[in-house]
Amino acid sequence: MRVVQADHLTFTYSGAPKPSIQEISFDISPGEFVVLTGPSGCGKTTICRCLNGLIPNFYSGEFTGELIVDGMNVKDHTTAEMATHVGLVFQNPENQLFSLSIERDVAFGPENLGLSREETRKRVDWALEVTGITDLKDKPPYELSGGQQQRAAIAAVLAMQPKVIILDEPTSFLDPKSALEILGVISDLNRRLGITIILVEHRLDLVSKHANRVIVMDDGKIVLDGTPRNVYGEQARLIGIGLPRVTTLFNLLQKEGLQFSRVPTTVDEAAHELRKMLAR
Amino acid sequence: MIQTEELKYAYPSSADVLRGINLTINDGEFVAIMGENGAGKTTLVKTFNGLLLPTAGTVKVDGVNTRESSVAKLSKDVGLVFQNPDHQLFSETVKEELAFSLRNFGYREDTIERRVATILETLDLTRYAESSPFVLSGGERKRVALAAVLVWNPKHIILDEPTIGQDYQQKDRLRNFIVQLNAQGKTVIIITHDVEFVAECKPRIVLLSRGLVVGDGPAEAILSDDQLLDRSSLTRPQIGALMYQLADLGLPEGVIDVYSAERAILQTVRRRK
Repeated sequence: MRVVQADHLTFTYSGAPKPSIQEISFDISPGEFVVLTGPSGCGKTTICRCLNGLIPNFYSGEFTGELIVDGMNVKDHTTAEMATHVGLVFQNPENQLFSLSIERDVAFGPENLGLSREETRKRVDWALEVTGITDLKDKPPYELSGGQQQRAAIAAVLAMQPKVIILDEPTSFLDPKSALEILGVISDLNRRLGITIILVEHRLDLVSKHANRVIVMDDGKIVLDGTPRNVYGEQARLIGIGLPRVTTLFNLLQKEGLQFSRVPTTVDEAAHELRKMLAR
Repeated sequence: MIQTEELKYAYPSSADVLRGINLTINDGEFVAIMGENGAGKTTLVKTFNGLLLPTAGTVKVDGVNTRESSVAKLSKDVGLVFQNPDHQLFSETVKEELAFSLRNFGYREDTIERRVATILETLDLTRYAESSPFVLSGGERKRVALAAVLVWNPKHIILDEPTIGQDYQQKDRLRNFIVQLNAQGKTVIIITHDVEFVAECKPRIVLLSRGLVVGDGPAEAILSDDQLLDRSSLTRPQIGALMYQLADLGLPEGVIDVYSAERAILQTVRRRK
C-alpha cells in the first residue's frame, strides 16, 4: 500500500523556460516521516503544491505524469477535495490564521466540508487537544506567540483529518525552543496517529532525529533518497546540503584518522560514539 | 556608535515592549540580537533609525539623538533590512528597486548605474536585474531587500532574520558577506533565532527577554549558559550540546562550532595516547 505514488511527474510553470520538476518518481508508505531537502529553487515547493493539488488546479502550466495521493489522482480532484486527504502547513503561521479566535480558525475547514455541528465540535476539540492549545481556543491569533500560532495552524489542518501532512519549513519563524516543541508535536502526529509527514527543511540538524527517510532534490530531480545515515554522505555535501553539524564533525575526525563504527546523524548518537572511543 | 539609555517603548495602548534598555554598540562591531518570539528585538532596531521614537529614554546614533533627527537622515547611516522583504520591495524591476533610494538621496545617474551593477554582482543577482522582485523566490527576494539597503552604503547595517528561508550555501555566502562588511569597518547587527548560524559566526550576542537585556557577551559564553538560554527560549547549538554531554571526559567548555570541536577532540585523543 502506498499513500503517495508519483510517476514521472514533470511540471513547467506557464512562461517558465524549463520545468521546475522533471520526471520525478517516488512512493511513500503510510506512516513515513520524510524530510524533503535541497538547495533553494530545486523544486521542493513545486512538489508540495502538486501533492495537495494546487498544481495543476491552481497554478497554470504544463503537468505530465501521474500523482496519486491517498487514492486520489490530483488531476481529477479540486484542491478543496484534496484538503481532506492532505494538509499543508506553511512557514509563517500568520498567513494561515485569519479568524477572531483560534477555535474559529480550526473549525473553518470542517464547517466548510458541511459536517454536522457535533462532528465539527468533536474534531475541533480533538485537534486543539492533540496540539496542546485547548486553553488558548478563545484567543485571537495575534495574541499568541509564534509557536502557539504554528500549533493552531497545524490544528486547523489536523481538523480535516488528512492522511498526509506536508509542512514547508514550519519552524523557521520560531525561536529555537518553540521550534523544538513544534517538531515534537509533528513527531507525535506521526508516531501516535500514524499520519504520514512530509517535512520540507534546510536545517537537517533540527529534524534528522525524527525522520526515517530523507529525499534530496537538486535542479528539479530527486538525487538521493534513503535513511538519514545513507543520504548524509559526500554527494549530499557536494550538492550543498547542510549536513547536521555532528555528521560534518565526524567526517572531519575520520579524515584525521579516528575510527568510529558509524557516522552519527544526531547529537545523542555522536555523544555515544565519542564516549565509546574516549573511554577506551 | 549606537547608544541607548533607559530606552522604553510601548505601542499605542499596550504595555511596554522595551522596558529600559541600556546598550552601546561601537562602530565596526558585529552583534547578534537574540531572544524569544516577542522579546522586542525588531522593536529595538526600529528605534535605531528613528522609525520608532522612544516613549522614554534616548537613542543616539553617532552622537545624535534620534528625536532631533528624521528617518530620512538617519537611514543614510543606518540601513535596516526588514525580515519580510515584501514589506520593503515595491518596484517593477530589481534594478529600479535598487536605484530608487539612490535617486532619493540625489546621486547622479551614472553613479547610480555603477553602484547598482556592483551590488547586484556582489549578491549574485545580476541575472535578475530586469526581473520583477515578485517573481523571485523568497530567498532571492530577501537578497534583493538586502541589496536595496547596501546600495547606499550605510555605515551601520541591521539585518532582521537574514537566514530565514536561505539554504545552506546561501547562509555560507551571507556569513562571508557579513565578515567582509565588518572588515570594511561597518557595524553589522543581525536579529536571529538561528543558533547554528551564530555558532559559526561568533558575534557578540545581546540577549533580550521580555523587553530587557538579560545577557551580553561573546557567543561562546552566552550559547553555553543554560539558564540564560532557557530564559530567552534558545537552545544550545548542536556542537555545543554535544560537547556539553561529553564535559565529564575532559573536553573544554564553550566550544560551539565544528572546527573548534574537531581540534578539541583531536587534542584530547592525542593526549591520552
